Amino acid sequence: MSDLKQELKEKIIEQLNLEDVAVEEIGDNDALFGDGLGLDSIDALELIVMLDKDYGIKLSDPKEGRKIFESVEVMANYISEHRTK
Amino acid sequence: MKKVYIQGAGSISSQKTFDNSEFLDEISVYNDTVISVVNPNYKEYIPPAAARRMAKGIKMGVVASRIAMQEANVEQVDAIITGTGMGCVVDSEKFVSAIIDNNEEFLTPTSFIQSTHNTVGGQIALGMGCKGYNFTYVHASNSFESALLDAKMQLELGEASSILVGGVDELGAHTIKIHRLIDHIKENAVTPATLLDSKSSGSVFSEGANFFVLGNALSERCYAEVVSVEMYNTLPLENLEETVEAFLKDNNLSTEEIDVVVMGNNGDVAYDNYYNHISSALFSETQHVYYKHLCGEFNTASSFGMWLGAKILKTQQIPEIVKLNETKASAIKHILLYNQYRGENHSLSLLKKC
Amino acid sequence: MSKGVAITGMGIISAIGNNVAENYDALIQEKKGISRISKIDTIHKDAIMVGEIDTTNEQFFKQLNLPEDNNYGRSALLGVAAAKEAVAHANIKDIVKYSTGLISATSVGGMDMTEQYYYKYLEDESLQKYIEGHHAGDSTQKIAQELGIEKSLVTTISTACSSAANAILMGARLIKSGKLDRVVVGGTDCLSKFTINGFKTLMILSDTYNTPFDENRKGLNLGEAAAYLVLESDAVVKAENKKVLAYVKGYGNANDAFHQTASSENGDGATLAMEKALKVAGMEPRDIDYVNAHGTATGNNDLSEGRALIRVFGEDLPEFSSTKAYTGHTLAAAGAIEAVYSVLALQHNIIFPNLNFNSQMKEFHITPQTQLKQKELHTVLSNSLGFGGNCSTLIFSKEA
Repeated sequence: MSDLKQELKEKIIEQLNLEDVAVEEIGDNDALFGDGLGLDSIDALELIVMLDKDYGIKLSDPKEGRKIFESVEVMANYISEHRTK
Repeated sequence: MKKVYIQGAGSISSQKTFDNSEFLDEISVYNDTVISVVNPNYKEYIPPAAARRMAKGIKMGVVASRIAMQEANVEQVDAIITGTGMGCVVDSEKFVSAIIDNNEEFLTPTSFIQSTHNTVGGQIALGMGCKGYNFTYVHASNSFESALLDAKMQLELGEASSILVGGVDELGAHTIKIHRLIDHIKENAVTPATLLDSKSSGSVFSEGANFFVLGNALSERCYAEVVSVEMYNTLPLENLEETVEAFLKDNNLSTEEIDVVVMGNNGDVAYDNYYNHISSALFSETQHVYYKHLCGEFNTASSFGMWLGAKILKTQQIPEIVKLNETKASAIKHILLYNQYRGENHSLSLLKKC
Repeated sequence: MSKGVAITGMGIISAIGNNVAENYDALIQEKKGISRISKIDTIHKDAIMVGEIDTTNEQFFKQLNLPEDNNYGRSALLGVAAAKEAVAHANIKDIVKYSTGLISATSVGGMDMTEQYYYKYLEDESLQKYIEGHHAGDSTQKIAQELGIEKSLVTTISTACSSAANAILMGARLIKSGKLDRVVVGGTDCLSKFTINGFKTLMILSDTYNTPFDENRKGLNLGEAAAYLVLESDAVVKAENKKVLAYVKGYGNANDAFHQTASSENGDGATLAMEKALKVAGMEPRDIDYVNAHGTATGNNDLSEGRALIRVFGEDLPEFSSTKAYTGHTLAAAGAIEAVYSVLALQHNIIFPNLNFNSQMKEFHITPQTQLKQKELHTVLSNSLGFGGNCSTLIFSKEA
C-alpha cells in the first residue's frame, strides 16, 4: 500500500508538471485540490485518464473523480479496491 | 479622432531584446535554418503553479506583455488583443500525434486546451484579472496587424484608453519538418549576414513575442504614434507602387517625407522582389532597414518590425546591423513598415515620432 | 462614419440545411440534425452524437466548381458555400464596387486534413499541398478569393466558441467607423477527430441528443457548419436601394478571467458582455424581445449563462432558447449560425423552441421556450461564450 502511495505521488508530480513539488512534501492525507496541493478541474481530468491508463479504472462522471482524488490515501484505497491492471 | 501612442514595449526574440535598456547592442549570430528565442527568466515573472501548464508561446506572451506593461507603468488595460498565426502549435502537434499514436485512447485535456488559438490572450487576461475586451486574430502574416488595427480603432474612437496588443508564435518540431518538405524553410544554413544573398527559396523559421501597450496619453516614455495600418489580402507586384502611394496620400505624406522604411525581407528569392521593388521605385533616397535576419520568419514576425520601428523613433538611432543601405537619415520623423509573406497578406503601417 | 450596420444578405450551411430556406424550414418543423457520425472514422462513434452535414467533400468540389487538384479542407468548403449564398442573397453583382472586406472565424481551420495526413506528409508528396492549408487564415483567404475580394482587409478571428460572434462584432465596428463600406462576416468549422477527442477529454460530450438548460443535461453534441452575413453601411444601402433584413444594433465582448476552460459560476463575463451590448445599442433589458442563448447543454455553461441572464434581465427576461439541440455546437461558426437564426426570428416574428427540454434546472427558476411561438419581435439578443473566458453578445434589431 505504501508503495502504491509513493507511486501515486510520483505520478501526480510528473503528470501534472508539479516541478517545484517533491514527493516528501505530499502527505498521505493532504488535500490535493483547493487549499492543499492546489489542483483544479483540468488536473482532475488528467488524473481520470491516469486511472484508466495505469489501473484500468474507468470513470464516466468527472464528479466521481473529485471524491476519489481527495487525498493520496483515498486514491490508493480506491485503486487497490477497483484496479483491473 | 484621438491619437494612439506606443507607451510600452516588450520583446522576446532570437536576439536579447527583452531588456528594454538595450537596443541590439549585442547580436546573437546563428548559422542555421531554424532559430529559437533568447529566453528571459520566465520564473521571474510567472509563479510555478501558474507556469506548470503553460506552453512556451504562452510564457513568451505573458512575459512580453508584462515587460510592456511595466514600461508603460500600467497595471491594468481596457483590452487585450493578440495576433498569432499558429497559436500554441507544440500542443496542437502533441494532441494530433497522441490521437494517431494511441488510436484516440488515453488522451488528456491539457494539450487540447492549450491548442486553441486564444489561449495566450486568455492566459494573459487570467494572469492580470482583465475582464475587458479580449480578441485573437489568426490571419497568417497579418495576424499582428489585425490586432493593431482593432486596438487603434478602439483608441481613436475613445472606446478604450489603454490596450495591450501583441504578436506571438512558437516553433513546433513537426511543423518545421513538414515545412521543410515544401521548401518554406531554407535548405542550407545561413547567417544573419548571408540571409538576403542566399538566392534560395524559403526563409529561416523562428518564433517570438512582441507586445505593446497602446494608449491615448502622451508621455515622455512613449515610443511613437501609430498613425495608420492597412492590410491587403492580395497585392500583385504591379499594383504595389500605386498602393503604397495611395496609402501615403491618405496620410497626407509624400514618399520624401518617409525617413525610414522598415521591410520584412526574409531572403526568399521568390518573394523578396516585392521589397526590392518599392525600395528602388519609391524610396531610392530613403534609409532602408530590415530585421528578419535577426528575428527570423514567423507569422507574427512583423511585430518585431514594429518594435524595431518604435525603438528607432524613440532613440533616434539606427543600429548598423539593420541598415540595408547608407543614407543620411538625420531627424527621423516618419517610419513606414511594409511586410508580406509569400506574396500574400501584405501590410503597410505608419509610425510617427511623438 | 455609418450610424447603422445593415444586414443585407445571409448564407448558411448546417446539419439542418444547405441554405437559409432549408434551415428555416427545419427550425419551424422542429427537425434536428443530430445523428451518429458517418464521415469520420472514430472509436467514439457509438459514444457520441454530432450535427453532420450530408454533402461530401467531393460533392462540394463539383458544387463549387473547384479544380480537381485543389487543396481545400472541409472548413474552407463549408465557408465558401455559405459565403457565396450570403453575397448572392445580398444581390451583389460587383463586389469591388465598394470597399469590401471579409472577417471570418474558425477554430478547426485545416485540422481535418492535418490529422489525416500528419505522418503521411513525410512520404506522400501528392498530399503535401494540404500543409499550407493547415493554418486558420487559409480558409479565409480561399473564401475571399472565391468571392472576388482583392487588395482588401481580410482577416480571421479565433476565440474558440465565440469566434464568429466576434467576427460580426469586428465587422460592425469596421462599418460604423467608416473603414469599410461593406464586409462579409461569419465563421466556419468542420467536424474533426481533433475537436471530438478534445471535447471528449473534457468529458463534456453527450452520448445522446443534447438538452440545453435541462437539469439532466449530459453535455454537448459537436456540429459542423458555416454561416456568413453581408453587412453594409447606410451609404451603400441608400445608393443601391438595398433591402435590409435587420441591423446589428449592439455588441459586447468581455472576458471571464476565471479559468482556462470553465465559465465562472456567476457568469461574470457573460453578464459584462450583455451589459456592454445593451449599452452600445442604447437599450434597456426590457427592450429585448427574445434571447438566443449560447446554451451548449454542458453542466457548466448553462448554469453560468442562466445566472448571467438572471443578473442582466431580472424580472424582464423575455423568452429564451438555445438552438444547439438542432445543429449541435458548431464552435467557431456558432455565433454566425445563431445570428442567421436571430435574423430569421425577426423576419418571421417567431421564436424557435429549445428542443429536448424535460426537467427544470434546480439552481434557478428560469425555463427556456420549448414551443414554437409567434411573437412580434423587434430585437433579439444572441450570446456566444467560449474557452479562454471569451464572452460575446450581439443584438439584432429590425430598426436601425
